[in-house]
Amino acid sequence: MSTNREISRREFVVTAATVGGGLALGLSFPKSDVLRAAEIAKLSGRPWESLAGRNDIEVGPWVVIAPDDTVTIRVGQSEMGQGVITSCAKMLVEELECDWSKVRAEYVSVNRHFRENKVYKRLNTTSSSSVRLGRPYLQQAGASARERLMAAAAQTWGVPRAELTVKDGVITHKLTGRTLRYGQVAEKAAAIKLPAEPKIKTPDQYTLMKKPTKLLDTPLKVDGSATYGIDVRVPGMLYAAANASPVFKGKVKSYDADSVKRRPGVHSVVEFSGEEIEAGVAVVADSYWHARTALDAMPIEWDEGTHGNDTSEEFFKSSRATLDEPGAKVVTMKGDPEGVLKNASQVVEAVYEVPYLDHTVMEPFNCTAQVTADRVDIWVGSQDPENATIDAAKVAGFPVEKIYLHNCFLGGGFGRRGNQDDVRQAVAIAKQLGGRPVKVIWSREETTRHGYYRPMRVSRFRASLGPDGMPLAWHTRVVGMDEAVFASKLVAAEGGLVSNTRASKNGEPGDEQLIRGLHKLPYFVPNQLFDYHLRNTHVPTGPWTSVGRSQNEFFLETFVDELAHAAGRDPYLYRRALLETNAEFPFAKAWTEVLGAAAEQSDWGRKLPAGTGMGIAIGDSRRLSRTEITIIGVVATVTVSKKGEVRVERMDVAVDTGPFLVNPLAAERQVEMQVTMGLAAALRQEITIEKGRVVQSNFDDYPLLRATEMPEISVHWVRATDDPIAGIGEEAVGWVAPAVCNAIFAATGKRIRSLPLKNHDLSWS
Amino acid sequence: MLSLKVNRKTYSVDVEPETPLLWVIRDTIGLTGTKFSCGKALCGACTVHVNGKPVRSCVLPASLAAGQEITTIEGLSPNAQHPAQIAWREADVPECGYCQSGQIMAAAALLANKPNPTDADIEREITNLCRCGTYLRIRQAIHRAAQIAAKA
Repeated sequence: MSTNREISRREFVVTAATVGGGLALGLSFPKSDVLRAAEIAKLSGRPWESLAGRNDIEVGPWVVIAPDDTVTIRVGQSEMGQGVITSCAKMLVEELECDWSKVRAEYVSVNRHFRENKVYKRLNTTSSSSVRLGRPYLQQAGASARERLMAAAAQTWGVPRAELTVKDGVITHKLTGRTLRYGQVAEKAAAIKLPAEPKIKTPDQYTLMKKPTKLLDTPLKVDGSATYGIDVRVPGMLYAAANASPVFKGKVKSYDADSVKRRPGVHSVVEFSGEEIEAGVAVVADSYWHARTALDAMPIEWDEGTHGNDTSEEFFKSSRATLDEPGAKVVTMKGDPEGVLKNASQVVEAVYEVPYLDHTVMEPFNCTAQVTADRVDIWVGSQDPENATIDAAKVAGFPVEKIYLHNCFLGGGFGRRGNQDDVRQAVAIAKQLGGRPVKVIWSREETTRHGYYRPMRVSRFRASLGPDGMPLAWHTRVVGMDEAVFASKLVAAEGGLVSNTRASKNGEPGDEQLIRGLHKLPYFVPNQLFDYHLRNTHVPTGPWTSVGRSQNEFFLETFVDELAHAAGRDPYLYRRALLETNAEFPFAKAWTEVLGAAAEQSDWGRKLPAGTGMGIAIGDSRRLSRTEITIIGVVATVTVSKKGEVRVERMDVAVDTGPFLVNPLAAERQVEMQVTMGLAAALRQEITIEKGRVVQSNFDDYPLLRATEMPEISVHWVRATDDPIAGIGEEAVGWVAPAVCNAIFAATGKRIRSLPLKNHDLSWS
Repeated sequence: MLSLKVNRKTYSVDVEPETPLLWVIRDTIGLTGTKFSCGKALCGACTVHVNGKPVRSCVLPASLAAGQEITTIEGLSPNAQHPAQIAWREADVPECGYCQSGQIMAAAALLANKPNPTDADIEREITNLCRCGTYLRIRQAIHRAAQIAAKA
């Protein structure tokens, strides 16, 4: 079987023009440099393109073997900095037993996935699921390819398979000393059908995995050749600048296209709207700058609908009021919490609040689309090319088999690039352009103001303490929103962007993202009630790195800290005691181990100068519908100046690895990313709503963490559990804010119950 | 018509003089390694060198760069062998990678000016933003690049 999958004439022309015709387009690097870069990088700067040669042989949909033994691994997950291309290739190569130095990678064909009955299983990259869900089938694909290659060698020599061994892609028949390389038997192997699928390795048998591996895509990211969606150039391409209704769910009332039509380079003005497409207007031109400046100059009137006066301040006010409303949906009820609380002599009570947050990907939103009579081509960096294809098909009115989505590198994802709004909008624009391709680019301001935001949330915690200072009764009430209001129809299967609007499943309540982390208290409390009110606004929300945890863990781990102080106990030892007494919590011992590692590594309890404090927080990424967890303990060491300036000195992060990490190097970097992400949010970030629209616009009013603000970050791996962990793509985020805020309390005596910190006066004397 | 000298090659470009250099480099000339992110000189993703100095090209009118030596990430070195690029690969710095062209261009300018920068120099001179938080690895890589350059 040849790898040269059927390429339509036009796909061929596009490919030839962009690779071979680089100079004609004015690309400065000659073709040889592109290939050289790809050679070092082990994948193309345009990752949707195959590096496989004409004579390379496909041994299963994921594996392509060249006569010179180069192995190309196809990857269905999207690279956004988490090292997923490398990790996916490693999981497969672990079984394939080929030479890692001869491995290269490419994205799978999304179109083939649809034409061949979802051959690549799942093409989304969300929920930290690439290793958790991908490992079994990627290992199987590697094992299967290996056994077919071995069977081919056995056939060639006329010897039993059992007499053969393999190492680094070289098959040896020990009895006769003969060898064959994978490249020599690939063609024969491609025709072999195995009587049964081979068994895959268990973690204790791993060799390649567990080792730190440099990322295959790094070279492409230091010479400018990595192609992000925004970098795509297609022959004949137009550019569009788009503005959607500034008030969410508004409409276009009128616009004066004539006023800009004669501006330089302007091609046309098009309107867009539709199901799950925020209505708006785009100017199409021969360059982005022409399109952008014309759009900025064009008067547009909006019909703001019913939300033109909404404010986030009002949302908070009404959420606080809702805390006292009856009819909350009960998640957990144990003992007699209300009765005990009513008669308690000491009740600790606190209301916590967190704002909307934006994902703030560095690469502004964009998508290139071409809709012709017989097919649709899309170039975009997507976390969910599968649902993006389905959406493109719907908007274009084509069957999915006619959609060709070329996935690019993603300039940040964090959950934002799995909503497909970029694709729906671009297809809606492109289908009005008579077959010409168009690259739609949002300004930074548009990108900030048209997000799918991390939902704001309000909660109230009440607990009574016994004479020993331990909680006797506990009531948690949350008022919050669905994280996928706008995208609720685009819910993928497990591993996709989970809508919390789904109904109860397996006896567990719906609205999972709202209640995640609070639904089963890890701490021992004899009387418990946890209930919630679901409240939605018109503001689109979506999964934001760590989904549900960045809010709920701030609430929970701050409140436990408050209880510890109310009890006059050390916050670390108090948590330990609450875990050790909880016989119902199966992970209590593992938590204790991780918590202990964080405390020990940070030198918890050491004497600190005035104004410096340490704060601790712990949790795991349990979800209602799955058993895998990742346990993380965080200790923050923070200094607050007398004027109230916060300096996070150090973050110690202890992480349970389970029996293995696929790539410890990538995992460590992921934790660093999550600390950075969590700190930026805790310190300064909030999206506020006024007049129904987002106030913030750019890095000046929605600041990222700066290099000067980076703490020292120490990641401590702990093997506290025996099953594979849930993942490591986002898990640490939730415990950054509570650890930091608990440290601020230790340093200043000021208790932080709402974020971000910039809204608090932290001065002390 | 403007005459722009990018990576030692001269281009005649038909753009309005106020067009930001970034968009001429990306859309007209077709070098996409230089990134657009904020459009307001806040983040540094668009950093290029003009006469060896780091410049945020998203706010620089192309006419002001006419006739100057403009260098982008693609032209920083033949075959990506600038000490900063070697060090970046060694330390495996990039995550999503989108800001890294700008980070490397800023670092290269710093190293040209100060062959052995201190942490304080780096903090002062490299103000580029990174959402993935690769700052600590960037700092390591700049120190390593200084070593590589010193040995060369």
